[in-house]
Amino acid sequence: MLKYLSRRIASSLFALLVITFIVFLLTQLSGSPVDALLPDDATQEQIDSFIREWGLDKPLWQQYLTFLGNAAQGDFGTSLKWPGQDAMGFVLDRMPATLELGGLAILMSVVIALPLGVAAAVYKGGSIDNGAQIFALVGQSMPSFWLGIILIWVFSVWLGWLPTSGMGSFSHAILPAIAIAWFQISALARLTRSAMLEVLDVEYIKLARVKGVSEWSVVWKHALRNAAVVPLTYFGILAASILTGSVVIETVFSWPGMGWVAIEAIRGRDFPVVQAVIIAYAVIYMISNLVVDLLYVVVDPRVRHG
Amino acid sequence: MAELHLQSHRLQNLWQKARELPLLPIGVLLIVFIIPALFAEVIAPHDPYVPNLRARLQPPVFFGGTWDYMLGTDRLGRDILSRILHGAWYVLAVSMIGIAVGVVVGTTLGLIAGYARGWFDGLVMRLVDISLALPAMLLALALAAAIGASFLSVVIVVGFALWAYFARQVRAEVLLLRNSDFVARSQVAGASHLRILFRHILPNVMNTIVVLATLQVGIAIMLDASLSFLGIGIPRPTPTWGLLVSDGRDFIATDWWISFFPGLAILLTVMAANMLGDWLREQLDPRQRQI
Amino acid sequence: MTHTQETPLLEVRDLRVEISTKAGKFFPVNGHNFTLNSGETLGVVGESGSGKSMTAMSLVRLLPKHAARVTSGSIKLEGRELLSLSRSEMRKVRGRDIAMILQDPQTSLNPSFTVGNQITEALRLHAPGPRSTLRERAIEALRKVKVAAPEHRVDSYPSQLSGGMRQRVVGAIAISCAPKVIIADEPTTSLDVTVQAQYLRLLKELQEDTGMGIIFITHDFGIVANLCHRIVVMYFGRIVESGTVERIFAKPAHPYTEALIAAVPKLHGHKGRLRTIPGSPPPQSEQPPGCPFAPRCEMADTRCFTELPPTVDADGDGEHLASCWRVAGQ
Repeated sequence: MLKYLSRRIASSLFALLVITFIVFLLTQLSGSPVDALLPDDATQEQIDSFIREWGLDKPLWQQYLTFLGNAAQGDFGTSLKWPGQDAMGFVLDRMPATLELGGLAILMSVVIALPLGVAAAVYKGGSIDNGAQIFALVGQSMPSFWLGIILIWVFSVWLGWLPTSGMGSFSHAILPAIAIAWFQISALARLTRSAMLEVLDVEYIKLARVKGVSEWSVVWKHALRNAAVVPLTYFGILAASILTGSVVIETVFSWPGMGWVAIEAIRGRDFPVVQAVIIAYAVIYMISNLVVDLLYVVVDPRVRHG
Repeated sequence: MAELHLQSHRLQNLWQKARELPLLPIGVLLIVFIIPALFAEVIAPHDPYVPNLRARLQPPVFFGGTWDYMLGTDRLGRDILSRILHGAWYVLAVSMIGIAVGVVVGTTLGLIAGYARGWFDGLVMRLVDISLALPAMLLALALAAAIGASFLSVVIVVGFALWAYFARQVRAEVLLLRNSDFVARSQVAGASHLRILFRHILPNVMNTIVVLATLQVGIAIMLDASLSFLGIGIPRPTPTWGLLVSDGRDFIATDWWISFFPGLAILLTVMAANMLGDWLREQLDPRQRQI
Repeated sequence: MTHTQETPLLEVRDLRVEISTKAGKFFPVNGHNFTLNSGETLGVVGESGSGKSMTAMSLVRLLPKHAARVTSGSIKLEGRELLSLSRSEMRKVRGRDIAMILQDPQTSLNPSFTVGNQITEALRLHAPGPRSTLRERAIEALRKVKVAAPEHRVDSYPSQLSGGMRQRVVGAIAISCAPKVIIADEPTTSLDVTVQAQYLRLLKELQEDTGMGIIFITHDFGIVANLCHRIVVMYFGRIVESGTVERIFAKPAHPYTEALIAAVPKLHGHKGRLRTIPGSPPPQSEQPPGCPFAPRCEMADTRCFTELPPTVDADGDGEHLASCWRVAGQ
C-alpha cells in the first residue's frame, strides 16, 4: 500500500515537472521573456536587472533550472496587469473562490448523480432509467457556458430568484455550481448505472438477499460499495473537468476565482500571472488525483492488502 | 454459385446495416453541421460580417421578427443564422484537423510503442499518463498567452487533448496482435517491421480508431467552443460558435436569441455526434466499456 | 423411511413458476411435489437448465423480479405457508429459517467487507446482540466449518482466502443463525475433488450436529449417492422421479434417471466407457405435448410423444414415484 502511494506521488511530481517544462518552453517560444514579462515602458536598468535575476545570459538548461528553483518557491515575478502584486500571491488570493465553486460543484454532482445512477440501474428500463438516459445524453452535449447563460436568463432575469453574477452570499454560487456540475452529473450517473448493473448481477448480491438483508441495504451497502470503484476512477477526470469548467464558468458569472484571473491575465498579456495560474491549477489537480488514490485504498480492500 | 450466394448475402447484410443506420443523429449532423459547413456561401441568406445598422437586434420569426432574419440579428444587425452557418465551417475544420492530429500522432506512437516495447514503450506510456492527467485547458491558456490564440493553437490544443486516448488504445491492441499467428508468419516470411506494422497490424486496429475518433468529435467541438467563448480560440471576426454565444452574453436579458441559437447549434451537433459514436461502437466494437 | 404423522419440516405442493418472455411463457418449475424432514438430505438432480436453481430460488421467494413468478402451489415450513407471508416476514425467514449456499465461492462473498462482517450481518438481522458477542459467534461459526485460526480469519477479506476456504466461509454464513433448512445449490462444482469431498463430509457432520434438513442441488449423481437420503430427479421443469437413494439406485424407474446413473464415472470396477445421454432438452419456449424426454429416450413409443405421463407409484408402497409411461402403462 505504501509502495502504491509512493509510486503515485512520484508520478504526480514527474507530471508537475513536465508541466513546468512546457510552461518554460512556451515562455521561450513567445519571444524574449523580457518582452513577455516586463511592461513595455521598462527602463534599460530594469531590463538589465531582470536579465541578471532570471539568468537570461546563461544557457537554456540553466535558465530552466533557475525557473524551476523560482517556481518551487512560488516566485513567478510580479504581475503586469495588477501592478505591485506578486503573481503567485495574487493567484493564491483567488484560489479559495475557485475551490469553493469547484467543491460545491463536486458535491452537487455526487449527491445527485449517485442516487440517479443507482435508481436507474435498480429500475432498469423503467421511467427513471429512461429519464436519466435522456438527461445524460443532453447533459453531456450541452456547452457549460451556454447553460450558464440560460440559467441566468431563466433564474435571474425571468424569475429573479438568484443573482446574475459576482460573488457574495451563498446564493451567488448556486447557478455557477449548477452550470459546472451539469455535465458531471450526466457522466457520473451514466457510469454509476453501468457499474451498478454489473454488480447487481453478481452472486454476492444474491447471497446478501438470501441472508435476509433488506433490499435497501442490498443496493446501497452491498452493491454500491463495490460499484463505487468505477465512478471513483472517473473522479480524476472529474477534477480536471471541474477545473476546466471553472475557467469557463467563472468568466460567465464574473466569479473572481483563478479562472477569471487567468482569462483577464491573458487578455492583459500578463505572463507571470498566467504562469502562476497554470502551475497552481496543476498542483490542485495533482493533489485531487492523490486524494482519489487514497480513496481507492479506503474503498477497495484489494488495493489495501494487494 | 456459392460465391454468388455469398455476394448476395453480403449485400443483404449491407442493406440491413443501412436500414439500421441511426437516421436521427445523421440527419441532425447533416442539417446543422455538415451542409452548413460546406455550403454556407450558397445557403446563408445574408453576409455574416457586414453590419447593417438598420436591421439591429431583430427578434427571431415567431417572436416578433420576420422570415428575412429567421433567427434574429445581433447588435450590429448581422443575421444570426448566416453567422451560425458560416461558423460551422471553422468548427468542422478545427475539430477534424484536431482529431486528425490526435489520430496520426497517437496511432503512430501507439503502434511503435506496442510493437517495439522496451524503453520507447515506457516513455510513450509515461507521456500518455501525463497527457491524460493534464486538463487541456491549461495548455490552451499557456499557448494563448505565449503565442496568441489562432487556428493553429486551437488545433494543437485539440490534438493534444486527444492523442493519448488513441495511443493507449492502439498500443493495447498491438500488444495482443503482435503475438498472433499472422504476424509471426509474416515475420518468418521476412517482412520488414514497417511492412508488418502498416500492412498487417494497422488494418486490424482501424475499427478501434474509427470508433474512438467518432466519439471524440463531440469533445473536440466542445473544446473548440469553450476556447472561442473565452476569447482564446480562433480570433474575431471569425464567427465560431463559441464566440457567437459569447457575443450575446451581456444581452441575454433583452436579446436572448443572440446567444441562444449558436448554443443550440453546438448542443445539437455534439449530441448527434455522441449518438453516432455510441451507435458505431456498438456496431464495430461491442467489447469496449463506455466512459 | 419411517411414516410419521407429524408435519414435515418443509412441504412443497404443486409448485409452479412461470417465466414470461417475448418468446412466450414457460415453466421452469412445473407442478413440484416434495417434502423434506428434519435431519434429512434431499438431492435435487438434473442437467443444467432443468429448473433446479429456479426451484431453490422459489423456495426463498427470490425469483428474478418481473421475469419470473410463482403462479400456484404451496410451500409450507413447519406448517407455515411461506407464499402468503409479507415481504418483511419473508425476509426474516431467509437466513434464519432457510439458509442457502450458492454455487460459486469466488463471487459469493462481497470483496469489500471482511469475512466476520459478512457473517455477523446475518446474525445482526436475525439474532441481534452486542458487537463483541456477534464477533464471538462469527468465530464460532468459522470454527464449526473447520476454518483454521478463525480468530485471525474473521478479519480477513475474501481476496485473502483460497477457493475452498471461501466456500467454507459461505457455509459459515449459512449455519450462523442455526437454520432449519439449508439449500445448497451446486456448492462444490467449482472446487477440486479433494476439497469437494472434505466439504461434503463437513456438511454431513454439521447436519448430524444440528438436525437441519438439507436440499442438495447437483447434476452429479455420484455426489448424491454418498450424501442424500432421498432424491428428486428433474427434467425440463418437471420432477420425473423421486424416492429413496437405495431404491432409485437399485431400480431406477425413469429412463432419464437410468441414463444419469450410467453417466457417473465409476472409480472401481467396470472398465466400460462413460455413457452420456445423446441429444439435449427441448428449447424452453416449446412445450411438447408428451413426455419432454421422449425425443432422447431409447424406449419412447408414440404415446410418449403425444401424452404427458402421469406420476405414479412405481413400487406400490408410496416410497418411489415416477412419471413415465413405461411404469404407468404396466
